[in-house]
Amino acid sequence: MTITPSIKRDYLEKLAQNGKRADGRKFDEFRNIEIETNIISKAEGSARVKIGNTQVVAGVKMDLGDPYPDTPDSGVMTTAAELIPLASPDFESGPPREDAIELARVVDRGIRESDVIEVDKLCIVPSEKIWMVFIDIHIIDFDGNLFDAASLASLAALMTAKVPIERLKPTLEKLQEKFPDVKKYLDEHPKDYPLPLTTPPVSCTSVKYNGTIVIDPALDEEEIAEVRLTVATDEKGDIRAMQKGLNGSFTVDEVKKVIKASIDNGKKIREQLYKSVGK
Amino acid sequence: MNKEKREIVIPSQLLGDVKDKKAGRGTFVENKKIYAEILGVLNENNGFINVVPLKGRYDPIEKDFVIGIVEEPMASSWLVDINAAYPALLHVNEVPWDVEFGETEKYLNHGDSVMAKVLSVDQEKKLQVTLKDRNLYKIRGGTMIEVEPSKVPRIIGKKGSMISLLKKYTNCRIFVGQNGRIWIDGDEDGVKKVIETIKKIEDESLAYGLTNKIEELLKKDAKDVR
Amino acid sequence: MKSDIKLFENGKRLDGRKPDELRKIKIEAGVLHRAEGSCYLEWGGNKVIAAVYGPREAIPRHTQNPLRAIVNAKYNMAAFSVDDRKRPGPDRRSREISKVISEALEKVILLEKYPRASIDVNIEVLEAEAGTRCAGLTAAAVALADAGIPMKDIPVACAAGKIEDKVVLDLGKEEDNFGNADLPISISPRTGEILLLQMDGHLTLQEFDQALDMAIKGCNTISEIQKNAIMEKYQSKNGGD
Repeated sequence: MTITPSIKRDYLEKLAQNGKRADGRKFDEFRNIEIETNIISKAEGSARVKIGNTQVVAGVKMDLGDPYPDTPDSGVMTTAAELIPLASPDFESGPPREDAIELARVVDRGIRESDVIEVDKLCIVPSEKIWMVFIDIHIIDFDGNLFDAASLASLAALMTAKVPIERLKPTLEKLQEKFPDVKKYLDEHPKDYPLPLTTPPVSCTSVKYNGTIVIDPALDEEEIAEVRLTVATDEKGDIRAMQKGLNGSFTVDEVKKVIKASIDNGKKIREQLYKSVGK
Repeated sequence: MNKEKREIVIPSQLLGDVKDKKAGRGTFVENKKIYAEILGVLNENNGFINVVPLKGRYDPIEKDFVIGIVEEPMASSWLVDINAAYPALLHVNEVPWDVEFGETEKYLNHGDSVMAKVLSVDQEKKLQVTLKDRNLYKIRGGTMIEVEPSKVPRIIGKKGSMISLLKKYTNCRIFVGQNGRIWIDGDEDGVKKVIETIKKIEDESLAYGLTNKIEELLKKDAKDVR
Repeated sequence: MKSDIKLFENGKRLDGRKPDELRKIKIEAGVLHRAEGSCYLEWGGNKVIAAVYGPREAIPRHTQNPLRAIVNAKYNMAAFSVDDRKRPGPDRRSREISKVISEALEKVILLEKYPRASIDVNIEVLEAEAGTRCAGLTAAAVALADAGIPMKDIPVACAAGKIEDKVVLDLGKEEDNFGNADLPISISPRTGEILLLQMDGHLTLQEFDQALDMAIKGCNTISEIQKNAIMEKYQSKNGGD
């Protein structure tokens, strides 16, 4: 395991007392963000996001499936994240650890609970056949702040995803024999079409170390963080998801400060996201 | 004088013949031919063909000064990370303090940094370091950065020319471990300047005239501040 | 597998290639920040990234070899890398490929320099289009050189096969699915030694010789691309004024 030398921790804390961060950023400033979409042609949607040196690839795959019994006319979405050993000397191969599971679930909730994917428009035959949307997140370079990079990559992948009518045409046509409803669906959607989405919330993560709160933690800041807060906000500045992590605590005041910084940065990131997906 | 580029070689590259040259560091011999075994810079010296590595972990050599980070205190020793392929052992007999059995954490704990010297490297690459020497101690204050161990000679410079420049223009205390770890202490701006400059040296380590270039940059910045 | 797809049309393959022509290959060394050595490789529709960590003490301890380093190559396909989403996690195919790649790499890495250590190579297939193990090994080799790992050679891999009774180089997707034979190999380009060899399908002795010869030639061409990729990364930092 990589160890953080205690003198480095002391140095970062001292800098913070003078309002500085090791890489010269302001406390409420993000690192440089790069978003590239349509990088995996086999996927229905895909994106590569870099925040500083942290790099994440997300892919969206779709397939036909059965609806859940309690939502018979809705499509289904799942999110999985892999902290592959490529990304850090400390990641091991094997089944996902809690970090990967928490990451996937937080990103998933941000998308699911904000109804980003219009799942009611993903029904082909009510109670029988719906579209399943799989979001797979691959962390390939870990330099701090996986939550925001993973979330952003997932959103960019979703916003450029196309429902794969053409790839699954044979299966759909076969389905027509059993369910005449499918013909209506295919008439409405003869070719690949954009995945139906609503405007996505953007997540911003902050950490606190020795009383200082910074947004978009770089690796060295994350290594000494006592507590972490991720806040996802929408285009109106409303809060759509939150997650506190690690075993430290926040004061109510601090939470409000984090929310403000998240709203401000969320706005800027949203603009960049829209630009990169061609909106 | 003709400024030739430093030649970069890659593993398996043919460098010469045992008839006319001797195989030095970073090379291997097969069928009387000398080949490079690592990615590095070709260097010929006294009839030896050497390849100086461009990348790779620190390869410990006895008597090297290194900066270690304590991983774990054990009953009568500590496990110290020195950025090599293996952790090093620091035995209680090799520190300047009188440590009772089982009391190792009182002196050095997980995350503490030490200025140490490589004591021994055995056949199985088991490493030992020592703190028993002048100039060796537990580090307090300052901060630390890591660079590729292969860049250390460049950062120190010929006869310490580069490191002296850095110290002069930033007023910082700087110690460069052979294992690529560098300790810096001084005022905020000075430390920042040292870190930036070292990064620049790392990026342009193969360039000629680097020492002069860096001196110019440091001079200019000092003037701007005034 | 039989099909109605014609794999040959006017002496040209489905993607327009000649029988002994490679798909387009692009290799970039040193692309990741944390990994000690890395490589990004595109080969036809394949997109592969490889990263190396080590040498470092092998854990768990019982895997340590007191005389030399062990090579842990792990090949993994991303869920979104194939047409029908693949469930995350290693399957038997990935584990077999990981094993044959580890073995190929062990032959050329100077393992005795690092007793008790492990050299961890991670290969991630981001997009797959036939020949991923060759792409993976080729990328891993560049990542190893980029990490400064001492090697006797930079291994390279390539496959040849048979489609409609004709021996061809570097099978594409449909050719792999509907062809008659697949022969992926890896060689040490300096010596010509074979480090990896697998074959399935049906080849006469003559066809095998042809395919092997073709694959070796393919390997040699790709070896140049690997070497250029490494030089390009480090040459640009050289002798600047």
